[in-house]
Parts: sequence; C-alpha cells; structure tokens
Amino acid sequence: MAREENDYAPLKLHVPEPPVRPGDTPTFDKFVVPEAGSVRKPPIDTDFDQIRDLGFDIIRVLDDEGKAVGPWAEDISDDQLEAGLRAMMRTRAFDERMLKAQRQGKTSFYIQCTGEEAIATGHQMALAQGDMNFPTYRQQGLLIAQDWPVTKMMNQIYSNEQDELRGRQLPVLYSFKEAGFFTVSGNLSTQYIQAVGWAMASAIKGDTKVASAWIGDGATAEGDFHTALVFASVYKPPVILNVVDNQWAISSFHGIAGAESSTFAERAHGYGLPSLRVDGNDWVAVYAASLWAIERARRGHGPTMIEWVTYRAGAHSTSDDPSKYRPKTEHEAWPLGDPIKRMKQHLIAKDLWSEERHTQAEAQYADEMREAAIEAESHGTLHDGPGPSAAEMFEQVYKDVPPHLRRQRQKMGI
Amino acid sequence: MFDDKPETTRMNMIQAIRDAQDVMLGKDDNVVVYGQDVGYFGGVFRCTEGLQAKYGTQRVFDAPISESGIVGSAIGMGAYGLRPCVEVQFADYMFPAYDQITQEAARLRYRSNGQFTAPLVIRMPTGGGIFGGQTHSQSPESLFTHVSGLKTVIPSNPYDAKGLLIASIEDDDPVIFLEPKRLYNGPFDGHHDKPVVPWSKHPKGEVPTGHYTVPLGKADIVREGKDVTILAYGTMVFVAETAATETGIDAEIIDLRSLLPLDIETIVESVRKTGRCVIVHEATLTSGFGAELSAQVQEECFYHLEAPVMRVAGWDTPYPHAQEWHYFPGPARVGEALKSVMEAI
Repeated sequence: MAREENDYAPLKLHVPEPPVRPGDTPTFDKFVVPEAGSVRKPPIDTDFDQIRDLGFDIIRVLDDEGKAVGPWAEDISDDQLEAGLRAMMRTRAFDERMLKAQRQGKTSFYIQCTGEEAIATGHQMALAQGDMNFPTYRQQGLLIAQDWPVTKMMNQIYSNEQDELRGRQLPVLYSFKEAGFFTVSGNLSTQYIQAVGWAMASAIKGDTKVASAWIGDGATAEGDFHTALVFASVYKPPVILNVVDNQWAISSFHGIAGAESSTFAERAHGYGLPSLRVDGNDWVAVYAASLWAIERARRGHGPTMIEWVTYRAGAHSTSDDPSKYRPKTEHEAWPLGDPIKRMKQHLIAKDLWSEERHTQAEAQYADEMREAAIEAESHGTLHDGPGPSAAEMFEQVYKDVPPHLRRQRQKMGI
Repeated sequence: MFDDKPETTRMNMIQAIRDAQDVMLGKDDNVVVYGQDVGYFGGVFRCTEGLQAKYGTQRVFDAPISESGIVGSAIGMGAYGLRPCVEVQFADYMFPAYDQITQEAARLRYRSNGQFTAPLVIRMPTGGGIFGGQTHSQSPESLFTHVSGLKTVIPSNPYDAKGLLIASIEDDDPVIFLEPKRLYNGPFDGHHDKPVVPWSKHPKGEVPTGHYTVPLGKADIVREGKDVTILAYGTMVFVAETAATETGIDAEIIDLRSLLPLDIETIVESVRKTGRCVIVHEATLTSGFGAELSAQVQEECFYHLEAPVMRVAGWDTPYPHAQEWHYFPGPARVGEALKSVMEAI
C-alpha cells in the first residue's frame, strides 16, 4: 500500500552552470592551484591503491618564477627542453596559418589547440617509435612534435591532389600510421576502447609497444569511455588513458560532464586503475608524467589514466563562437597560464633562451608555415586547383572494389 | 575449393563453426577468438568449446558483457595486425556495438585510405524459432547490408558454415557472420511440431576436415526448378524447400549465403528463366533485405516477370514469445505466396 501523504518539498533538477557567462567578470576562484613541486613521485610499480592522492592533486613542476621544482622535475637535457618549446611554438604557428586558410575559404573547417600545446607535444616526446596514439581532433601537436612534415597535414586539410586520405575525410581528421597516429574519428570516444584493444594486441604478441588513448572531458560521458576503462582494468594492457580536461565541450562547461562531482582522474579508481592529475599547461610536468606512465605500461605494470588540467583558449572549431557562452577574456584569467609563456620563462631562467631568440623563433615558424602552406596550396585547395578524382570516392570501401560499387561507378560515367 | 577429395566428418553447425575457428587458430598466429562466455566455458552455444584449452588464454578468452568493448577492442587489434574473430552472444545484443561496427570497423579502411583496416569477423547467432522472445530472436541483417564497408554472411548448413567462416576470417574486410541458431542442431523445415532432424542425416552435415573455403559473394542453387525462383537464406532455405515440396510447385531455390556482396548474377539468371520470384526472410518486412532484393530483381528482370515479386517475411512487430509460430514465416505462408505468383496472369 502506498503512503498517501507526505511533507516532502517538490524536487528540482540540478543543471550545472559555469560560474560566469558572457558579460560577467571571468573568475576561477573555486579552482585550487597546488604549489609546484608539492606532489610526490612514487616508483612506477606502485599499486594504484597507494597513489590514489595523485588523482586529486595536480602535478606541477614549473613554479611562478619558471623554475623546475620538486620530484617530478626530470633531468631533461637542454636540447630536449628547447625542442619542447619549439614544438609548441610550431604547433601554434601551424594553427594560426590554418585558421587563416580557413577564413580565406581554402578549406571548410579547422580545429585549433591554442592553450593546450604542451600536452600533445610533451607526451609525444615521451613516446617511442612504434607506439600508437589514438587521438582526437585536437592533438595535432603529436605530429608536429615529431617533425612530421606539416605539408602532409596541410594537404589533408585542403583535400588536395597530394592528400593521402584522398579527400574522403573531414579536415584535421588525419591518419598517419607511420607517425603512430591512428585515423581520427569524428565520433567521439570510439578510439578510447580501440586503443585498449591495440594495447591488448601488443601484450598478446609479447611486444612492448604502448598505446596512448585520447579523449576530452565532454566525451568521457560516452559509454566507450567506461567500456575502455573496464577492458583496461580487466586485461591490464600497456595503454595510457589521457583525458584532456580543457573545461569546454563546445558550449558545455565540464560540469555537464560531471566535473562538479569528481575529477576525471578519480574515475579511474573505481576500476582499480591508477591515475595522475597533471598541470597540462606545464610542459615539463607533461613530459615527466608521460614518461612515468609510459614506462609503467612498458614494464608491464598496466594502464594509467592521466587527466591533463588545461583550458581551451580558442573556439571549439571554426564553426564555433565562444563569446556566445563564456566571457571573451576568460582564457586570460585561467590560473595555469599559457604553456608557451611558461616554458619560455623556464628556458630564460635556465639561460637557454631569450626574448630575442623567442621573437626570432616566432618569425621563423610563421615563415615556415607560410611557405609550407604555399607549397601545399600549389597542389590545390578544397575548391580550387587539382584534387582527388570523383572516382576515388569508390576506392578503399573494401580492399577490392566489389561488383555493385563497380556498377555504381560506371553509372557515374567514370 | 579444395584439391583432392577430402576426408569428411559428420558435424552439426556448432561443430562446423568451432572447427573453422580451430583451423584458423592453428593456421594463423594472428587469429584471436573472444567474447562473452567464449573462453573457458566455450560459448553458450558451445561454438568455441575446447579452443581455449587447445590454444591458451592469450588466443581464446572471455570478454566482459560489453559488445561495444568486444568490437571496439577487436578494431584496435585489427589495426595492430591481428585477425580477431569475436562472438556477440545473440545478434539482438549487438546494438551497443552498432557505432563501433558501422562508423568504425566499416570505415577504418576508407577514412585512412587503407593505412588501417579492420580484418575482423563478428559472429552472432541470429533468428528465432527457439522461443527466445524479443531479445533472442531478431534478424538484423539489413542493418548491416545498409552499411558500406561491411560484408554480411549467413550460412544455412554445416558445410557452408565452416567454409564461409574460414573465408570470412581470411577476408581483409570486416565480416558480419550471422548464425541461424535454429539450424545449429539440424535443418529445420518450419514444422515446429515435428521432431528435430539432426545434421547427421543431411548431406550438408558432411564436412571436410582441415582447411577449405566457400567464397563470399557466391550464392548456391539448392534446388533447381523452372516455375518460380525463391530467394532465401539461413533458416528460410529449408522452409522454402518444404513449401515447394508441399505445394508441388517446381521452385528453384537460391540460398544467398552472402547478402553483401550479393551474387546478383545467379539471381538474375534464375528469375529470367522462371519469370517469377518469391523472397523469404524471417526479419520484419518493411525495409528488410527483401526490399533490396525485390528492387534489384525488378530492375534487372522486369521484362521477364510474369507476376509481381512477392515477399514473405516476419510481421512488422517485435518478435513475440508465445505467438512465435504465428510470427514465423513458415511453409504455409511461403506456400501461399508460391501459389499466388503461379496464379498471377
């Protein structure tokens, strides 16, 4: 029998709201920034249960003066540090050039990673030849950090005659197997479980290759995120589970993905998986944390989730206008700053860099990207010049063109 | 597809499917087999029994109850260079994996221009006739044939099952391998009230030992006739045979075996000869694979047709439990369709 009366107040749905909206003064006053160097660095074979705190804290190495401090301050060579800064600068210069190209109508679409350059570039430099990234569309830094020819990337963005994907794929959804860069899907999160499967194969074959899976804060709400964590937990394959928390999934702040209730790194604990939470705008921290997790995986100690705490400084894509849903200057208030400025400050503090060299490098990379774009554009852009033939639409659907597709191609008269 | 007259063994469809996986696990180190209950236990339908004991846990293992995870991880393994042959316990359970199957496995080759491929086989028991209700009886084949990049195969007997499964595992593209579960233990003529006839009494239960293939995209004329062509696959092949025998109509029955690629030549040649066509499938009628077959037949055979192309299919309802045999397109309904096309004109 049901109760007939009650004194309960009517319920109300909780719909998370970001602290500020357009017109408000940007604030991150609820975001606690731990001191650089304050988080411990355990041995790579530590059981996850002993390092749960690392899923709540934030591993930071570079302090406010640009000094590398604490146990995660790796012994990184000067060359490596400079290469890290240069990779970030090249990534930003690439984005600037391609944004311009999109505005000029040379391609339909572009996605920048402004403010997040440290994560992909630092991580890539900690990986080894033969490892495989399963990226999202915002990890161009993985390619640029390994000096992958930028014209190849531009050819894909322009869908021109040199495009290795033959015009079939949306701009920036690259695929470069040789570069350890898995074909990017437009469907979010599917690659997360695929990366786990790839790592399972590495273990099945007795190999020591590591897979690195990438996902954004928003897409962690998808089922395949959970699926990947279950499989990672069950089979313990050599996989890094990266979550880039850049705070925004198009217009939805990360509270809509559950960030009000827990950190993303913390979610790994429910699966018995260790996790690190890392300052994603601190290149040295990114590199050190990546090395730790990759070594752990390669030594057979299983998967690690890494939550990269960062901020999407730019628009989601060229089809987006963030001023419609967040204060225009919010990125300037972001407490973890700009990864390039911080690394520059670090290198200057170490006497490895100077304002002059920085200005010089900025000009050099702007030139490099302009020249690369001119080269790529000489092979065509989306609407002008040579491009893949219409007939190529029918290729690579299957290994061999089946009879029904041959008939359809003939119907097109090609 | 084999050179000399091979040694054969009497097998049911379960044993034939297991044997195909056994042959391929033995032949190719890159073949791995996994799915729910597939490892130690050997599968709820026993299709992988003994394989883990023979090949070890690195090659044959249990997976969590996660179809998206099973298929998603298999795609990653395929990208690595393995050839996973995974089981989805019932075709009805594949829906959580539909994104991975249709947007990922089917398109990896296309979107990467062949850099990455998904040479996997996704096995799944399909169809009804076992009182499985809504979630153990569905026939989702048209949800796969509608997707470019997939191949869809459905055997109707042990001989074809083994040969097609080996061909599917060796295929470099993703293959959906549908196993009509009502046929696992014997050819089912559609008369549910009669005792089950085992495969040991049927010539197609004679299965060669070792490696052989039945090529994908090749239909099989299982009964020659001159009056009407019946297009069928899976369980419906035997129902069609029963209907032809019971009506005395001289039907030519084509077992499609592969829905995609489709052996349209064999179909067209037969329909042009008979001038009549009845399509039979267990899946629901509207937008079923029969619609595609009907369209292609009229496009290619219009001037040879002496009657409208007819479809006999499951009703457009969810698969019911107690009303199973009212839903199932049995010999009586197929027989009615045969009579009606013979009476036309």
